[in-house]
Amino acid sequence: MRVLAAMSGGVDSAVAAALAVEAGHEVVGVHMALSRTRDQFRTGSRGCCSIEDAGDARRAADVIGIPYYVWDLSERFEETVVADFLAEYEAGRTPNPCVRCNEHIKFEALLDRATALGFDAVATGHYARVVERDGRRELHRSPNTEKDQSYVLAVMGPERLERAIFPLGGYASKAEVRAEAERRGLSVSAKPDSYDICFVADGDTRGFLRDRLGSRPGEIVDTEGAVLGAHDGAYAFTVGQRKGLRIDRPADDGRPRYVLDVQPAQNRVVVGPAELLTVDTITGSDAVWFAGADTSGTWFDAEVQVRAHGAPVAARVRAAAPDDDVAASGVEVHLPDERLRGVAPGQSVVVYEGTRVVGQATVSGASRSGSASRTAVAAR
Amino acid sequence: MTRAYLDHAATTPMSSAALEAMTAELARTGNPSSLHTAGRAARRTVEESREALASAVGARPSEVLFTGGGTEADNLAVKGIFWGRRTGHPERRRILVSAVEHHAVLDPAFWMAEHSGAEIVLLPVDGDGRVDLRVLREELAANAAQTALVSVMWANNEVGTVQPVREIVQLAHQHGVPVHSDAVQALGQLPVDFAASGLDAMTVTAHKLGGPVGTGALVARKDLPMTPVLHGGGQERGVRSGTLDVAGIRAFAVAATEAVSSLPERAVRLAALRDRLVWGVLERVPDAVLRGPADLALPPDDGAGSPARLPANAHLTFPGCEGDSLLYLLDSAGVEVSTGSACQAGVPRPSHVLLAMGVPEVEARGALRFSLGATSTDADVDLVLEVLPGVVDRARAAGLVSLGVGGAR
Repeated sequence: MRVLAAMSGGVDSAVAAALAVEAGHEVVGVHMALSRTRDQFRTGSRGCCSIEDAGDARRAADVIGIPYYVWDLSERFEETVVADFLAEYEAGRTPNPCVRCNEHIKFEALLDRATALGFDAVATGHYARVVERDGRRELHRSPNTEKDQSYVLAVMGPERLERAIFPLGGYASKAEVRAEAERRGLSVSAKPDSYDICFVADGDTRGFLRDRLGSRPGEIVDTEGAVLGAHDGAYAFTVGQRKGLRIDRPADDGRPRYVLDVQPAQNRVVVGPAELLTVDTITGSDAVWFAGADTSGTWFDAEVQVRAHGAPVAARVRAAAPDDDVAASGVEVHLPDERLRGVAPGQSVVVYEGTRVVGQATVSGASRSGSASRTAVAAR
Repeated sequence: MTRAYLDHAATTPMSSAALEAMTAELARTGNPSSLHTAGRAARRTVEESREALASAVGARPSEVLFTGGGTEADNLAVKGIFWGRRTGHPERRRILVSAVEHHAVLDPAFWMAEHSGAEIVLLPVDGDGRVDLRVLREELAANAAQTALVSVMWANNEVGTVQPVREIVQLAHQHGVPVHSDAVQALGQLPVDFAASGLDAMTVTAHKLGGPVGTGALVARKDLPMTPVLHGGGQERGVRSGTLDVAGIRAFAVAATEAVSSLPERAVRLAALRDRLVWGVLERVPDAVLRGPADLALPPDDGAGSPARLPANAHLTFPGCEGDSLLYLLDSAGVEVSTGSACQAGVPRPSHVLLAMGVPEVEARGALRFSLGATSTDADVDLVLEVLPGVVDRARAAGLVSLGVGGAR
């Protein structure tokens, strides 16, 4: 196959490109330039967008012996990932920019362009497994539970999975991948992992939001509406957040307070005790289902995960029928056993059956049975 | 695979004579600043090379300041002349540069605005990329006393437009303002005569005309006030310190002499080849657009005329295509060209030159520069004409996807 290897400049994508070559594919390396400014998003060594990273990717391509190009996807990145990031925070939700990047950049802009240019597939350094069963491709968790990235990949959906390759899918540990890099003489073998959001230069998300969205002072209130404090912008708060509330007065019972809701229309942040954070019902929108998923609208048993590094919990799930009152292409999730805390709208809810990804949606609301305290979130 | 290298404006192969001169010199020892026999021999080689280069560019030997390349010479010109002219005249803070200058001129100018109190005036260009003399005239009439220098390139590296250097010099000199010109692309492609041009300073470099990368020169009148940028051993009239690169300098002189003496014949041959390329592309891809002056013909060889564009340059935009898609597809088909401008990370951006010419950003994205050189042949052009139509079709399909037209979602 003709394979385009997306090369960030990190060790994972470099080894993935090398493995694609060794699997007999004709491979071309492409680094995506995602920043429009000349000095790039980040000057340190931990990002995926700096000039050093482009240079590291180039060197890795040299060592592997494949052609290498830089493609400018900065405009698309700004229009989709960064703009969505700001709009979502502004709307009181908590976006996951890595999910949006996989959705709009890697497995849309890059993959579609690669296909049009004659490539059969795009290879990335993600930790996830593709399993062929009955002529269909299934997306599975990586055996490396710590690094598993199936959560952020699920958004690509079944058609795009047909044209994706994850050569690191079988690797059980990062140490193994680093050893593979070293064995091949790839100088990125010891490069530190990236963790933060690549376009937030210093990891200061709040500062980034303040710079881009401006200061918008408002109130912090309790569930009864009593004013407890002030904030510079409701967008800087996330459901489940405890730190940084800056409320002088302790709660009457002395227990810590958490953000329960962010209400952009009123520019208000609602705080309260931890137990009000726990939910057993989650609704999602923009659902994507993989082959074999039950999309008839009937309830089925599965597990769901609502955070990139969260643990899966048992759930009853149903896809919304087109005429359902749940938003079209939505999903409804009930948690019969274990409740979840701090489920923030805007995050992904990914549905698994064992290691297999069944589908995913964007969290639109979360609530507790017998409580109306957060239905406002769901209705928004 | 048959390959066609059509990126000579980026760098062109060293001539065999220059390569031979350079390797011979690399085998010798001697610092031209040393006083002993070996040093004197090295100094002699440098001075003979200086005389040869001066003769090739119509300058006096004492006007040639060797540098580590074109970028350094441009930096020395912009910064050195600005600082030199401001000494005793703090009101001279304006730098007039054309909007289509190479980054080696634009970036030092804007750096001076940020760090040294300069005020940058970007001179607009017309649709062909030629500087608007009316604006220059008005700028000078209004603010000559506040102007430190004018810098306009001799010929543009992307679209090949030849600038009206003599007219610019005449206008500036009426007001006593010195003019620098980056002639990196011009030397070896056009008749270049420093004295006849009236310029006060001019940048040239070796690797665009068959010499090595890393050697250049600023040709500068001796009465031009210039503050050093590199400080140290005081070489090159104290303006550019640093041990002289004897081998590079000799190879530069050999290559320049060769390129200038063979110019008339080579320019005619390459212009014909370039014309075949342009007409062939426009025939096969009818909606491609030639950028820069459409006047392809060379003027009659009366020794004084200069064509409207560089004879070895062809620059076209392909509607609906991304330059980086075209570049990848052509490279895999054996054709090596450029999108026009590349930054450090190799990221193609819509060119500031095309934007200054009024080309809309979406059209500027599909740009390709073909630049020919001494080693270019008919076979190179044949290969381009053979593969280009298919490449454009494919890039256009990918371009539609990138623009979100027909993309699945």
